[in-house]
Amino acid sequence: MGSLVRQAVAIAGMNIRSIPQRFWMSLSTVVAIALVVAVLLAFLAMANGFKKAQSSAGSADIVILTRDGAGAEINSVVSRDQGILVGEGPGIVRDGDQPLVSGELYIVVDGTSRSNGLRANLPLRGISAQGVTLRHNIRIAEGRMFRTGTNEIIAGRGIVREFSGFDVGKTLRLGQSTWTVVGVFEDGGTVRESELWADVGVVQSAFNRLNFFQTFRARLSSPSQFAAFKAYVDADPRLKLSVQTEADYFAEQGSRSGGLISTLGWPLAIIMAIGALAGALNTMYSSVAARGTEIATLRAIGFGGIPTFAGTLAEALALALIGGVVGTIVAALIFQGFTAKTLSANFTSVVFTFQVTPALCVTAVTLALIVGLLGGIFPAIRAARLPIVGMLGEQ
Amino acid sequence: MNYALLVSKNLGRRKLRTFLMLVAIFIAFLLFAALEAFLHGFNSGENSSAADRLVTVNKINFTMPLPISYVSRIEQVDGVVRATPQSWFGGYYQDPRNVVIMFATDPQAFVDVYPKMRMPDAERDAWIHNRVGLAVGRTVAAKYGWKVGDHIPISSNIFSRADGSHNWEFDVAAIFSSPDDPAREGIVLMSHKYFDETVTFARDTTSMIVFTTTSASRNEAIEKTIDAMFANSPYETSTDTAAAFNKAFVAQLGNIALIITLVVSTAFAAILLIVGNTMAMAVRERTREIGVLKALGFTGPVISLQVIAESLLLALTGALLGLGGAAAILTLARGRIEAYVPGVKVTAPVFAAGIGFALLLGLVTGAIPAWSALRLRIVTALGRN
Repeated sequence: MGSLVRQAVAIAGMNIRSIPQRFWMSLSTVVAIALVVAVLLAFLAMANGFKKAQSSAGSADIVILTRDGAGAEINSVVSRDQGILVGEGPGIVRDGDQPLVSGELYIVVDGTSRSNGLRANLPLRGISAQGVTLRHNIRIAEGRMFRTGTNEIIAGRGIVREFSGFDVGKTLRLGQSTWTVVGVFEDGGTVRESELWADVGVVQSAFNRLNFFQTFRARLSSPSQFAAFKAYVDADPRLKLSVQTEADYFAEQGSRSGGLISTLGWPLAIIMAIGALAGALNTMYSSVAARGTEIATLRAIGFGGIPTFAGTLAEALALALIGGVVGTIVAALIFQGFTAKTLSANFTSVVFTFQVTPALCVTAVTLALIVGLLGGIFPAIRAARLPIVGMLGEQ
Repeated sequence: MNYALLVSKNLGRRKLRTFLMLVAIFIAFLLFAALEAFLHGFNSGENSSAADRLVTVNKINFTMPLPISYVSRIEQVDGVVRATPQSWFGGYYQDPRNVVIMFATDPQAFVDVYPKMRMPDAERDAWIHNRVGLAVGRTVAAKYGWKVGDHIPISSNIFSRADGSHNWEFDVAAIFSSPDDPAREGIVLMSHKYFDETVTFARDTTSMIVFTTTSASRNEAIEKTIDAMFANSPYETSTDTAAAFNKAFVAQLGNIALIITLVVSTAFAAILLIVGNTMAMAVRERTREIGVLKALGFTGPVISLQVIAESLLLALTGALLGLGGAAAILTLARGRIEAYVPGVKVTAPVFAAGIGFALLLGLVTGAIPAWSALRLRIVTALGRN
């Protein structure tokens, strides 16, 4: 057994060291595999980035209430009276004697994309000071917070980066009113950075929605209070509202589109991998053919079939590994932090960044190795079975 | 022995290698055709919009309302032929996940604005005169198995009725097709009268007004006239061609065209390398033979042309299989794909471009081996072992 391994290592080393003799052919396989891996990784990083932007936005101790059946914030309508009832629910945290409930408006306004100059839907959230405290990760990166009762807007970092006209100091006209951007906020790259915020009362009157909100957000004293709170809402016929924790709400929104991106990426990568596999098989068959005499010589001096098989397979796997690693590095360099935007369930733009993670890199390199394994195994079988006499006699 | 036979013998000498090259080429062209077909589907709203069709929406955003009275005011503008409201209903069937792309509209005006919509006259009249009638696009009807005369409930995730329910009852009055824009076969239309009578808010408003003009050349002037007419009112407007409106909407999904271009070029780059190298190797293996042919009196150009013919034949065969394969798969899976992206189709220009790329691929991959064959000296060739 030990000798088999030694033989295999010897042949593998010989094969790999001789790759430069078949340089162009081997290079084409490496590059083909690298390209496949890069495409797969790009899609996975895109899906992952989108999911992260959504899922990391939600907390488990914050509940979102929307009108039953609305599905997304934009479709929902809730009344001020319902907000009072929500504040009386079990487990709601109080700030002084006020329950921590934030009634919010979600209005869609037009923005102009920096990249293509086309109009896009942006969410303008009418929010109160309480609503801001419910989002503890928010940081004002430039300028200042909007003042209550004024036509002031703060813009998320993603909006400022992708759409023109939202830099601090700029004014914009929405309907009859003129608004001034006074600050830029950040939230760790989450979906919230794709929102514009203004004082809820001002937004209500500017858009003619007095006494109405689209959603309520409230903080529970602990996530374990959720069941009791949900039971309270379900039991009250005046509250025809659906309740979700913020974490669940965002996870659901993220998995929809994020799932779609991965379902597109995988078939593409697999189809391309089949093409690369054809290339790998060709390279390995020609490698076996080129080394025919050498293999036969080795066999004649006592090397076994199994080491010959393993040696050829090792060459294929080495090429695949190089391709996989190169593809991963190239994709990571190009796509890590790459910004993109797409539409959310609310029909508004979501800005997110591609996220290449070690786990995704492992997946991508694994695909490369599978191509190498399949591309090496059949040529390796041929190598192991080459008739010694025939090959030595051929020349 | 003629040259064609020589070419086919050469390709057939290592069947496995030729087969593997064909697979690689096939895959690249399959991807190319399929992705271009999807891109065509995504852009169909932009491509197929009649040049004389315009859309007016609220200047803030198209989710904001416009008064329904704007429809007749727009119709009075000089150069406007016919206008119809289109109000997003937020419909779903039985389960919120079964989204129904549904608009409330004025049926008579709608058929005037979209003259290429096809439905039997009797069904069209039934739809126009039945307040609770629905005109259902062909693909939606197929998806849910609805037939003319069916009585169906549809819910709205936006609007509610006075009694608090979100369910509306409808009669399927007509099923239409839309040869000029398959995307339209995915929508459902209800009567604005029924909408206004039953909703608890947003009565007498619409989200979009679509209208036709006497001539596309007047579009720009008409757009300006309309937006100026409503400037400084509580409901300012933004008017654009339907094509531009659709383009902006699709662009929000992401830069699909860029993604497709990147994937397709990656696939082509990979096969270019694979096939190019394999061809070079295949010709290198034949060095001795080429020497013999030359010694027999075949000229360099003739042998080079043969090499090029080989790579061209290979590229064209793989490409035709790939393009045909994509067309076949998309035709077979048409019903399932249309529910998501209507109008997915391998178009003639894509097919032509595919053939063009195949010719290019054949020439490029054949060029280097052909060049070395041309320059090969008999002495070297026969001397080389």
